[in-house]
Amino acid sequence: MEIPKIVGAGLVVIGAGIGIGRIGGSAMDAIARQPEATGKIQTAMLIAAALIEGIGFAALFAV
Amino acid sequence: MVLSKKPLHFFIAALVAFLPLVSSANPEVDSTKVAAGTSHAIETAHEESDEPKDVKTEIKEFIDHHLKDSYDFNIFGYKDEAGKQHHVGFPLPVILVDNGLQVFSSSKFHNDNEVAEVNGVFYKLHHGKIYKVDIADGEITMDEHHHATNAKPLDFSITKNVFMIFVVALIMFLLFKGLAKSYAKNGGIAKGAGRLFEPIVLYIRDDIAIPNIGEKHYKKYMSYLLTIFFFVWFLNIFGLTPLGINVTGNIAVTACLALLTFLITTFTAKKDYWGHIFWMPGVPVPMKIILAPIELLGIFIKPFALMIRLYANIVAGHIVLMSLIGLMFVFKNWIGSSLSFLLSFAISLIEILVALLQAYIFTMLSALYFGSAVEEHHHEEAHH
Repeated sequence: MEIPKIVGAGLVVIGAGIGIGRIGGSAMDAIARQPEATGKIQTAMLIAAALIEGIGFAALFAV
Repeated sequence: MVLSKKPLHFFIAALVAFLPLVSSANPEVDSTKVAAGTSHAIETAHEESDEPKDVKTEIKEFIDHHLKDSYDFNIFGYKDEAGKQHHVGFPLPVILVDNGLQVFSSSKFHNDNEVAEVNGVFYKLHHGKIYKVDIADGEITMDEHHHATNAKPLDFSITKNVFMIFVVALIMFLLFKGLAKSYAKNGGIAKGAGRLFEPIVLYIRDDIAIPNIGEKHYKKYMSYLLTIFFFVWFLNIFGLTPLGINVTGNIAVTACLALLTFLITTFTAKKDYWGHIFWMPGVPVPMKIILAPIELLGIFIKPFALMIRLYANIVAGHIVLMSLIGLMFVFKNWIGSSLSFLLSFAISLIEILVALLQAYIFTMLSALYFGSAVEEHHHEEAHH
């Protein structure tokens, strides 16, 4: 059966998308509150997003 | 805004003016055929003798070929009036270890069978891999799973990817050697290309190495971090040129880069690093036993994620970009093709950003792992 595999990968990508979206949104909030900490927030944001992205890609390559 | 409005207007006007030229890009099928066969001289010759394929299959094959490594360096291909495929490029040396060293040019594969004869031994190129065959027109024998059963010699060839790694290494060596000299001459003041690279080097030192590794230990890791950053960045940028290079999108290359980070982390790790893996301080004993295997697994997952992330990002970027370019030939009309042109233009810009971002993330995470390896913990903190 091929459908469940693809559906599973799709679910993982949705999850990763939500995760990265939340990170980005929270980073925006944080930057709006403390614009002077923009650099640090961006760095932390990119690292967290990269970690989630890895999971998303792993799911795509499992298909 | 630093940009004055005039050049921006001119740029947009030029873009709109050139749009129809590109979107009408030769709506005949053979314009895609030219695009479809750049990476393999002989294979396309084989394929063309078969039924003419539809554009979508050709685009898919072209993308597959692009993502693979090859023994020739093809710059571009075209088709003459008679429908014969021509390739412009140069062959690269093939180096095999098989009863001693066998070195020959990959142009020997350029015949109908893709079989090269070297010192009385026949080698056949089959789907980008070299196999041994008995006779000049030998065939590859297959088992029931469609895996070739022929003997495979050890392959140390200078393939396209290896060639590009050498080129980038040479560029980096000349560039930074030259910069080091110019600094010595000018009394420590940046000049020429140094004005571009000095802020980047300083950024890596001040915003990647020092915060993550710490003032005390960062110096010994700087050379590696700078090398990996510029190496990955340059290769990513080369991957976006029309030369069709896909080095960081090759999992073997990213695996080696990740392996280097893993080895450096493991062999420069201090007592506290291992302490936190095998006997996590500050947690109850049953928890320590549960955490140890998880942390141990983490050692290997970290470089593995590093490998997958770079590889997947670059491959995904290349596939998306080439599919969008391929859409121009699928649509074959003014509206669809100009839309996909605009889209591929936008994606190209994003890819330039991704090229930098992936180099940055690779460097950043490497620095993070090195930092965890040399960190010295004050154990009273653990009891808080």
